[in-house]
Amino acid sequence: MTQCPTCHVAVGSSEQFCEACGGELRPTVAAAEALSSEASSQAIPAPDDLGATAATCQTCGGEVISDGYCGTCGARAPTLRDHFTEQPAAWVAAVCDRGIRHPRNEDAVALAADDEPGSRAVIVVCDGVSNSIDSDVASLAAARVARDVLGSSRSRGMGTASSLVAAVIARIEAATDAASEAVLDVTQPTRSGATTGNPASCTFVAAVVERDLLVVGSVGDSRAYWLPDAGTAVALTVDDSFAQEQIASGVPRAEAETGPQSHGITRWLGVDAPNHSPTTATMTLAEPGWILVCSDGLWNYCSEAQDLATLVQKTSGSSPAAAEPLTLAGALVDWANAQGGQDNISVALARIHPLAPRSTREEA
Amino acid sequence: MADFTAEVYQNEFLPDGGTDVHAIVTVACTGAGAAGQAGEGDAGEIVIVDTSGSMGEVNIRAAQQAAVAAIDQIIDGTWFAVIAGSHEARMAFPAGRGELSMVQMDNASRTAAKSAVSMFRADGGTAMGTWLTLAARVFSTVPSLAQKHAILLTDGENQHETPEKLTEAIDNAKGRFQCDCRGVGSDWKVAEVRRIAQALMGTVDIIPSGAEMAETFETLMRQSMSRGVAAATLRVWAPQGAQVLFVRQVSPTVEDLTSRRQDVNALTGAFPTGSWGDESRDYHVAIRLAAKGIGQEQLAARVQLAVGDNVVAQGLVKAMWSSDDTLTTQINPEVAHYTGQTELADAIQEGLAAKAIGDDATATAKLGRAVQLAAATGNDEATAKLAKVVDIDDPNAGTVRLRRSVDKLDEMALDTSSTKTTRVKK
Repeated sequence: MTQCPTCHVAVGSSEQFCEACGGELRPTVAAAEALSSEASSQAIPAPDDLGATAATCQTCGGEVISDGYCGTCGARAPTLRDHFTEQPAAWVAAVCDRGIRHPRNEDAVALAADDEPGSRAVIVVCDGVSNSIDSDVASLAAARVARDVLGSSRSRGMGTASSLVAAVIARIEAATDAASEAVLDVTQPTRSGATTGNPASCTFVAAVVERDLLVVGSVGDSRAYWLPDAGTAVALTVDDSFAQEQIASGVPRAEAETGPQSHGITRWLGVDAPNHSPTTATMTLAEPGWILVCSDGLWNYCSEAQDLATLVQKTSGSSPAAAEPLTLAGALVDWANAQGGQDNISVALARIHPLAPRSTREEA
Repeated sequence: MADFTAEVYQNEFLPDGGTDVHAIVTVACTGAGAAGQAGEGDAGEIVIVDTSGSMGEVNIRAAQQAAVAAIDQIIDGTWFAVIAGSHEARMAFPAGRGELSMVQMDNASRTAAKSAVSMFRADGGTAMGTWLTLAARVFSTVPSLAQKHAILLTDGENQHETPEKLTEAIDNAKGRFQCDCRGVGSDWKVAEVRRIAQALMGTVDIIPSGAEMAETFETLMRQSMSRGVAAATLRVWAPQGAQVLFVRQVSPTVEDLTSRRQDVNALTGAFPTGSWGDESRDYHVAIRLAAKGIGQEQLAARVQLAVGDNVVAQGLVKAMWSSDDTLTTQINPEVAHYTGQTELADAIQEGLAAKAIGDDATATAKLGRAVQLAAATGNDEATAKLAKVVDIDDPNAGTVRLRRSVDKLDEMALDTSSTKTTRVKK
């Protein structure tokens, strides 16, 4: 079942406009889901649907032919999988894009959020390993199931700050388990490539906002950053990569991240993964800023947290509209493509204006 | 049922601001079956033999044997006829019924046709236009024909009608049947006969002496009988605003198809390719696009083979703009090879034309360039034929001297084979 991204009414997958609100339905695959305990896996398109293209050319409005190109202007019609966006609430949005050089989009994002800005959000990014089979299917399945696990659980521990942190970390661990299971499902013997040496695999990074609490967990080299409007930007995740190992042993970051082995990751989700317990980190959100969760398609061109903060400030500063999360995420994807678009690009953003921690009275 | 495949050879990468996309599309057919057997209509064959006075007794006898050899190759059930050509066209078989007609091949008609052929006498002049016009009329008497093919033999120049009359007859015959043309001896004009063959989607070649005539006719008819796909068209779609610079067949021979375009719709042109047997042909398609930004991809052409209204094979020609010089500066080997082979054909024809009017400087330059291209593209047959017309000092530099005495037959053989290409060595 797919939903209208504007009003969330169920719509047919081939419709172009919503019957209820008249909103444009492309891509329906990106329809946001309510944060509910019954978030279903039905929203994950069947593998066969991943290659579906819009019937109408985005460039000229002509008819897209079955060979995947416009019948009028010849533009390559992006598939739903090539480029999609998510925005579950006004303050949380993501853009996931094929980039330029890769033939398909093996990145995936999945989001959930409550409407009240800064209240509660879940961001998951998975980057399919490009030399393995069906990684585009695996990454999307992993991201969505992790998002569903994180979005449906509201366990808060004992109600104290420290027990909330422990509860959220437990949720992220559970979500990672579910994501790993989803990747393994893609590697069932009935699926193509299961018997080859390249089973599907992907990275994993999740960020969970609970008012002023931010918890992140990651496996692999997809990252989360905290980019405050003022003050020092920080990378919240540590890559599981050869580059990171070199950095740890004293090689300068710029050198390590451009070396021959720089894109080799040491941990991932997949049937051949050594282990998938996420490395987690926690921080308190006390000032306005951006949470940025992204794949290496973005950070390859801008790795240092402070450089990313500068890029985000420059990109969002041109007008109030440019500072809208979805617009900004799209602009950052465009920027990465302008740098060469060597890899798939996922950019997810949450705009933070700090909220006070939930009071005990409210809790009761 | 015939199977078609299409493969595209190209460098899809264009530099910033680049507009021109070149591709070689190889179309291959398998399982074509025999002519007239596919159930899409019958096959028809007409043998047209020059019976002008210049043929003489020896060549007339050779022509009779050749016609018999061709008749023997025609499959039973095929509609056929024989035309004797001089300054006028005469029905040799079937004849004597007042109205034009064709008959279906069987033992009786085969015997009767051979008997009619044995009555050929060398007499009269040459007016090939009248032969073509009669052939077109004869084919039109059998409405069930889907595949119409003729073999035309001549030994001399078209002296008994004006070039305009011939042009008119060619235009009238165009699209109504295919015609393979052969000239025997050295008294006919290659350019004249090539004009017929090209318009009627056939081949042109020289038969140096009458003794080789029968074998040639047998081969031509056997080939025609093995073309089980009556007619196919090459369709080229190019995006709105793009320009199709040219569409050429480049293998097995060079034929510029650009002017044969018939519009399927505003963006798609159809180029007739005639009948197909189990074979493969290469096409060179060049498209000019509006330049797009670095990193953009678009389709430059859909190249399809259509049998009737059915598209049976498709190749996609793509364009991708890149700032990577190592990608954009590569010339695809197939495109380079056939670009050279096309220039080779032009250089030979222009060189021989210049030689014929005594312009030795142009002839030396053009034939020198031809020698260079033949060497560079590995066309050994062209090199061997060129060596009989010029003395080659340096094939790589294209330095040649015109030979003082050249056998006319060698010069004509070079001319007729100028459009034959070799394939890329893989």
